[in-house]
Amino acid sequence: MSATTEPRPPAAARTEPPRGGGRPSAPARTRWRRSRRRTSLLLQAVMALMVLYTLLPLYWLAVNSTKTNGELFTSNGLWFGSEFALWDNIVTTVTYQDGIYLTWLFNTALYSVAGAVGATLICALGGYALAKFDFPGKRAVRAVVFGAITIPATALAIPTFLLFAELGITDTRLAIIIPALVSPFGLYLMTVYAADSVPDSLLEAARIDGAGAWTTFWRVAFRLLAPGVATVLLFNLVHTWNNYFLPLIMLSDPTLYPLTVGLNQLNSQVTTGANLEPVYNVVLTGSLLAIVPLIVSFLFLQRYWQSGLAAGSVKQ
Amino acid sequence: MSTAPPAALRHPARRRRRDWTGLVFVTPFLVVFTVGIVAPLVYASGLSLFRDQLIGGRSFVGLGNYAEALTDARFLEGLSRVALFLGVQVPIMIGLALLAALILDSGRVRAMRFMRIGIFMPYAVPSVVAALMWGFMYGDRFGLVAQLNEATGAALPSPLSSTWVLAAIGNVVTWEFVGYNMLILYAALRAVPEELYEAAAIDGAGEVRVALSIKIPALRPALWVATLFSIIGSFQLFNEPNVLQSLAPAAISTYYTPNMYAYQLAFNANQVTYSAAVAVLLGAITVIVAYVAQRLTERGNRR
Repeated sequence: MSATTEPRPPAAARTEPPRGGGRPSAPARTRWRRSRRRTSLLLQAVMALMVLYTLLPLYWLAVNSTKTNGELFTSNGLWFGSEFALWDNIVTTVTYQDGIYLTWLFNTALYSVAGAVGATLICALGGYALAKFDFPGKRAVRAVVFGAITIPATALAIPTFLLFAELGITDTRLAIIIPALVSPFGLYLMTVYAADSVPDSLLEAARIDGAGAWTTFWRVAFRLLAPGVATVLLFNLVHTWNNYFLPLIMLSDPTLYPLTVGLNQLNSQVTTGANLEPVYNVVLTGSLLAIVPLIVSFLFLQRYWQSGLAAGSVKQ
Repeated sequence: MSTAPPAALRHPARRRRRDWTGLVFVTPFLVVFTVGIVAPLVYASGLSLFRDQLIGGRSFVGLGNYAEALTDARFLEGLSRVALFLGVQVPIMIGLALLAALILDSGRVRAMRFMRIGIFMPYAVPSVVAALMWGFMYGDRFGLVAQLNEATGAALPSPLSSTWVLAAIGNVVTWEFVGYNMLILYAALRAVPEELYEAAAIDGAGEVRVALSIKIPALRPALWVATLFSIIGSFQLFNEPNVLQSLAPAAISTYYTPNMYAYQLAFNANQVTYSAAVAVLLGAITVIVAYVAQRLTERGNRR
């Protein structure tokens, strides 16, 4: 904990991209490539078509969230109606059934943040240990956990429900948060990342200066792991935010629903006519509001998830 | 490190000596892994060996539930449907993702950043919202297909008809994940050593030749990761058909996919132990297919 154990500033860590993180370190190469390539109209057109395909539904959703229920049926689906009712729709959405939408939004945020922060810390600790320590049973742990990457989360949903029903914790918040804490793929990513970005020499130096394993992790390794941590955090966040199958089977109390389950319940009400008021505008505007936080965080955290993708895709 | 005492140099494995510290660091993961994966699988596997009867209650039937599932027409129908889905949707999606990644990497398009983010964006959309959105666009109430038919007098078939609904689901899944796969492949392409391209340029290789001989072989591991996740996703198909079901109840049955069948058994048919068997069996089939696919890829790599 003396001055020499101070980690390098975070900026220094970023100069060491994860394995395969070519993007930040390849300006020279890009220049070389660009200098001899001219824009190809054909390739440009293919990409434009693909962007049109991916963005058109989002555009459709945004446009139709500005319409009243009546105009949804009478106006052109790809253009605005005569009335711009987005604000009214938002108010209707958040006040519908005593503000149930805001409860769902809160639940989604709670499950995602608690699950993702917890899972990421657990993966950072575990990945660091698997990359940098030798301990009895390490090979077995690696084999079992990495093998579990191929076990699909949805295949676990019903077994987890059955176990949790036996334990009496279905229909509680814990029933969603506990499964969200487990991320074998996150552990794998952190192991790869720790092996590449935490130099043994630095750990050795910390040790010689008398820092314990715990101090070394928090004061030295964790800062070097920051970009990997951000990636795993973001992906766990998205995973829980988008999760549907598990909460669908775990929860029966609507005030515990996340957005995904709540929105689909609203939708099946309006489409089957079980609900007296046809609230298409609530379903559409609610859907739009549900994706805005994720799109914003993706745009802000681009550099992290892009380098993280590189770390995950090149090895294995 | 030049200041390290000689003793440490003579024993470079000193920090790596076997002790329990690492295990302490992994313990939180092992705890949640046990509670979240091992215990549910063990419990459900155990439960799947029993059967509930109206008379006599729960009785041990050994592998009876599994034998029943393997001859259950509904389970097999769902399984063959997701196999068909896997065979058609996954190649299309990975092919589009590969094409987009190669185009991005060629550096021959403008507005690259916008294109990259734009194609990736659907990944941020929950599958429920994606299915709701596409469902409305497919639908005949205020959907685009209906409006197109009305405006042009065309007679496009409804995507929600039983003939087309699987393709309609395939479109939603492709839409959701094409950008994610594109970025995985693109990231791998950026990691190809520059010298390879320089050597190819000196040898006079054209761009198509470079793509076929350098880029695609270099992409093998990344292609494998993308395919693996797509295989798993196909077998586990649930969210999209479940959401579209309320729009197309005639076209999407309650046993449309194996996962929907397991859900139906557990929550509507009250056959919990049989549902456990179906879930465990489906998970096992998924892992086996993924494993076989991996072995085939490895053999291909060695060649």
